[in-house]
Amino acid sequence: MEYTLDQKQLDEIEAILQSDFIEMGVHCVLMIDMAGNIISSLDNGEVSFDIYSLAALAAGNFGAVSAMANMVGENEFSLLFHKGQDENLHFSRVTGEFLLITIFGKETSLGFLRLKVAEAIKKFETILQSS
Amino acid sequence: MAFINLKKKEVQAKIVYYGPGRGGKTTNLEFIYKKYKSRIPTDMVAIKTHGDRTLFFDFLPFDIGTIKGYSVRMQLYTVPGQVKYNATRKLVLRGVDGIVFVADSMQLRREKNVLSLKNARENLAAYKKDLTKIPLVMQYNKRDLGEQGIPLLSVETLQQDLNADLNVPFFEASALEGKNVVETLKKIISLTMASLSKDLT
Repeated sequence: MEYTLDQKQLDEIEAILQSDFIEMGVHCVLMIDMAGNIISSLDNGEVSFDIYSLAALAAGNFGAVSAMANMVGENEFSLLFHKGQDENLHFSRVTGEFLLITIFGKETSLGFLRLKVAEAIKKFETILQSS
Repeated sequence: MAFINLKKKEVQAKIVYYGPGRGGKTTNLEFIYKKYKSRIPTDMVAIKTHGDRTLFFDFLPFDIGTIKGYSVRMQLYTVPGQVKYNATRKLVLRGVDGIVFVADSMQLRREKNVLSLKNARENLAAYKKDLTKIPLVMQYNKRDLGEQGIPLLSVETLQQDLNADLNVPFFEASALEGKNVVETLKKIISLTMASLSKDLT
């Protein structure tokens, strides 16, 4: 899984994270690779947890869930979502190598977020394929 | 593999502590965390069972400063050592840049060391990586137990069992007392950075 992303691609990814997620009220959004490295991340300025630890755990969690999916004969589970009282986590695969993690509160609906994620993934795929 | 962010001038690399169960991988990380607490902005993440055994991994992000104008962040992981946790062990190895193999010096654990190293080879092969080509350091842990009369494998035996064909740097260590823990870390960081530096411009 060798890959390189140039400055232009990183700028474009960040612009989408900003316009499609942060401006829509998402608290924090991360693009990571499957090894747990952070490609790009943005938040609303009120996030106090360590995003590097979160990325490591998210990659592990996603890997574990994918492995479980394979065991029961599924390619992958299409919805990976953790609901909390105030904060929710949503995971989505972007191409084969990356993972988009969004952290959002009660004011954002899951349906709306899933719609935004699906749209954004298409844009990301175009950007990533240009490398 | 490491992620090199040209925009932020930042490198994130993954170093995994591998080895048989109860060998001292987590203890290595705990010592590093204690010693460099001021430079580590976050808590160590540990996913453990009730019996305090590593279930999935431990994780410690570690800033090592600037190299060639890039700020370098080493992400230290341990794997669960127990044989039954191979599925999760394999997940942790994904994207690894450098490995510390923590071998248990106790005579009783001789076979476990060999099996664990063999397992590392197989798991890396699943990611099309070769143990002989990846930055690797051997750590012969628990040398302090010899003073308590517990029978230990000699360094020659350990070298013969584990390092004869690999021929990588090795350290006699005691993770519990912190002996050679930092030296092991420095060695694997320098080997990993040397292998990454060709990608830094």
